[in-house]
Amino acid sequence: MSTTVYIPREATALALGAEAVARAIATEAARTGQDVRVVRNGSRGAFWLEPLIEVQTATGRVAYGPVRADDVAGLFAGGFLAGKTHALCQGPIESIPYLHKQERLTTGRLGVIDPLSLEDYRAHGGYAGLKAAVAMTSAAIVQAVTDSGLRGRGGAAFPTGIKWRTVLDTPGAQKYIVCNADEGDSGTYSDRLLMEGDPFCLIEGLTIAGLAVGATYGFIYLRCEYPHAHAALNAAIAAARAAGYLGANVAGSGRAFDLEVRLGAGAYICGEETSLLESLEGKRGQVRFKPPLPAIKGAFGCPTVVNNVITFASVPIVLQRGAAYYRDFGMGRSRGTLPIQLAGNIKRGGLVECAFGVTLRTLLHEYGGGTRSGRPIRAVQVGGPLGSYWPESKFDTPLDYEAFAQGGGMLGHGGIVVFDDTVDMAAQARYALEFCAIESCGKCTPCRIGSTRGVEVIDRLRAGDRPAMQEALLRDLCNTLTHGSLCALGGLTPLPVLSALEHFPEDFVKPVAAAAAGR
Amino acid sequence: MSARRPVTIPVRVEPGSDLPPTERSAVLESVNDNRSLQGALLPVLHGIQDRLGWVPPRAVPLVAFELNLSRAEVHGVLSFYHYFRQSQPGKQVIYLCRAEACQAVGAAELEAHAKQKLGVDFHGTSADGRFTLEPVYCLGNCACGPSLMVDKELHARVTPAQFDALVAK
Repeated sequence: MSTTVYIPREATALALGAEAVARAIATEAARTGQDVRVVRNGSRGAFWLEPLIEVQTATGRVAYGPVRADDVAGLFAGGFLAGKTHALCQGPIESIPYLHKQERLTTGRLGVIDPLSLEDYRAHGGYAGLKAAVAMTSAAIVQAVTDSGLRGRGGAAFPTGIKWRTVLDTPGAQKYIVCNADEGDSGTYSDRLLMEGDPFCLIEGLTIAGLAVGATYGFIYLRCEYPHAHAALNAAIAAARAAGYLGANVAGSGRAFDLEVRLGAGAYICGEETSLLESLEGKRGQVRFKPPLPAIKGAFGCPTVVNNVITFASVPIVLQRGAAYYRDFGMGRSRGTLPIQLAGNIKRGGLVECAFGVTLRTLLHEYGGGTRSGRPIRAVQVGGPLGSYWPESKFDTPLDYEAFAQGGGMLGHGGIVVFDDTVDMAAQARYALEFCAIESCGKCTPCRIGSTRGVEVIDRLRAGDRPAMQEALLRDLCNTLTHGSLCALGGLTPLPVLSALEHFPEDFVKPVAAAAAGR
Repeated sequence: MSARRPVTIPVRVEPGSDLPPTERSAVLESVNDNRSLQGALLPVLHGIQDRLGWVPPRAVPLVAFELNLSRAEVHGVLSFYHYFRQSQPGKQVIYLCRAEACQAVGAAELEAHAKQKLGVDFHGTSADGRFTLEPVYCLGNCACGPSLMVDKELHARVTPAQFDALVAK
């Protein structure tokens, strides 16, 4: 009888040597004459344990990690195929506290299933949401999504049901679904994990959206930095089409929906929805004026739903378990769960999906275990490169869109980047403006020119050149960016800059002795 | 009846006729693969770069002609996106992440080391023509940085020593 071994084929696991481990396991199995069936799963997102290998035993899946290729002979000798203990053994996968304490509604199949097996997907609840949706009217699907309280997980947190309602109510011979998979924020990777580890879930969510608003075609706009996600999505789309889940007659509903993947080309701004639509149309990714909203006039001038990967991937469970089930997680106006990503200088980095309401401190210490360097945490940046830098005094803030906004920050796409006490916050503020200058689409003046002027002002400030004047100038410039920019890139770049200045002013002051010496 | 005046027949240069054959066929293959798509320009440029490693600016007139766009439109798109290259890269392109999550674990030091080791700044190609160094803003490997990607292969927790080993191969 063969033993099933799960080895992730996910980008981070591969970057840490999963392919060499897979080869070593095949070689060692052949050498010792043991019958091993290898399944290449996605990652569960516990990255400090990757490559994390799981062995199917009579009593469940036993985990080993982090495994390197030269550990494999020892694992075989120690009887890991029977789930026996070993220095790398983490016990039954469900017993790892990091994983079992989470509330995985959207990402529940990650690492569990073979990402490209429809059979596996269906055996774990896949396509139950679509089945329910097929029996409903468009308006009823939109109502269920509205009732679930689901808000856009890309960062803007706009109520998904309201957006879908607008598209449903806008007449149009052709409507589109566009999935924003241009996950450009540093510190975020939940979209990538989902696309690599459970691509059918995204496809199912997009298909339900198509039925909900009367769109017959969808695009996944994927960043080109994600080659593994690209391959997984293309393979999954082909499989879904072959099985009748995409095409002229979706799941026997008599309605049509099909999909394709389009690749971006390294422009951060294309994660902004109107810029993304321009890019999709084959143009420079320049931001559009709103109105008209994309829901009224989006891709190729047609009514279009644009949502993030995690938003669409959260829809199947809403339809499968009901709006109330999803809505009962969370706090305040932030309903459901958020796949949070622990990143940067963190000991146990990875994906943590929890109901809204969990505090930063719990995430950083209980899950993350503090910094990787072992030094104290000095600052965290939540919400990507446009998010605020926060000091320890704000770590009791619960993850909630409104609580973060009230504290002068933003939750964004749920990425948390951790810095230890060696960080220079003035350098981080300078980088925020530099990044804005590099990635600005150039359409509006505050962002195009203001970002470059901002870098110059911070350089003078750090050099101790008339600091009070530079600081006033910097605040004035940030005010112009906030209020005068066309989109969130220029509009939110002041968040990291001013929060660094507010919470870490000491880093912006050049030591008196150095200033006097003209250094 | 007066004599007929000589008529000069203007010779119309076929767009792309001045391209080297490999470039010309790369453009035409990519156009043919993607012509039916709505908004085909990005997929076409990707197809060219996949085949050649870059998009030669001299290919712009042929792309424009085939897609019924102006040369300005094609040039505008080509020059907007960081990923599209208008100059020939080295044998391999190293994409080094310089975004915040990698900064938090030493990306700036790795960047300085990589530039010094290869003797180039960003966008430059090493003197031996083996490596081009490009910045990238996030590879989605943010829990295990510093990250870099060589062609399509991702590397995690890269130290200066590992960088040296990578380019020594």
